[in-house]
Amino acid sequence: MAAILPKKTYWIVWIVLELLLGAIYGLSRISMGPGDVIIPLFLAAIETLLVLLYFMHVRFSEQLIWIIVVAGFLWLAVFVDLTMSDYLTRGYVWWLGISH
Amino acid sequence: MNEAQKHLEVQYDDPEQQEKTAVTGIWIFLSTEILFFGGLFVAYIVYRSTYPAQFSLGVSLTDHLLGSMDAAILLASSFTMVMGLRAIQLGRQKALIGLLLLTIILGLSFLSLKGLEYHEHIVDHLLPGRDFNQSLPRQVELFFVFYFLMTGLHAVHMTVGIGLLTVMTIMAWKRKFSAQYYNPIEVCGLYWSFVDIVWIWLYPLFYVIHWKG
Repeated sequence: MAAILPKKTYWIVWIVLELLLGAIYGLSRISMGPGDVIIPLFLAAIETLLVLLYFMHVRFSEQLIWIIVVAGFLWLAVFVDLTMSDYLTRGYVWWLGISH
Repeated sequence: MNEAQKHLEVQYDDPEQQEKTAVTGIWIFLSTEILFFGGLFVAYIVYRSTYPAQFSLGVSLTDHLLGSMDAAILLASSFTMVMGLRAIQLGRQKALIGLLLLTIILGLSFLSLKGLEYHEHIVDHLLPGRDFNQSLPRQVELFFVFYFLMTGLHAVHMTVGIGLLTVMTIMAWKRKFSAQYYNPIEVCGLYWSFVDIVWIWLYPLFYVIHWKG
């Protein structure tokens, strides 16, 4: 049946999650240039990984589950990638090197 | 016959296959939830990159403190949920009921804070529509369309989750689960943690990231 993890593992993951949240909140008060965007998203990604791997047991699940999870997030990554590469390159006239 | 055999449906060879099927099934459903929320997230990203200053202004108008409290509450509820799963994996019925109730209470607290926030926004003329604060740029109204749509959709998911957990609590109270059979708890736990992950991303996008472009 499903893996039974020790209580300590769940406690540690939860405390780290709340600390990461605290970090996002604390860092939001200072200006970090491009870090203003990247750092909160990066910390959110770590939080997501912790919830997925430990609270949702993906780390202890069989490969079929891994495939489904990776496929879902990979799809989202491709969606963002292709959509943004469209929008960010609109109105750009390449042979003139300017936006029209 | 043991507990697991009692719940074995005809199409399965054994309880392990039944459990694996349930978990695979909920993960396929959660993948469709990625599709569901993903569309809204991508639309948000497109408009955010087009109007960074106005969306940043929108972020400054949301209640950062309430949003952070919401995030902390949800992370705690994922913790209590998975501890509840662990409890029944070890056959601890009363612990399961207590932890399910705690998860429900945390979920209801989240929804209460959300309601408080929405009320604040409506009073401050930030609800998109005729009553929206006309001195703000139009794109700030667009930001709040996304805000209400995405956090509202998330709140609907939370409500469904609380409904599911209530059913689980009643079933647990009637001793329907055991160390050999807890599939519904596992499935609901995965759903609940996923809704938590959605908030983990809504939080920075609507409450934190200041980027004037």
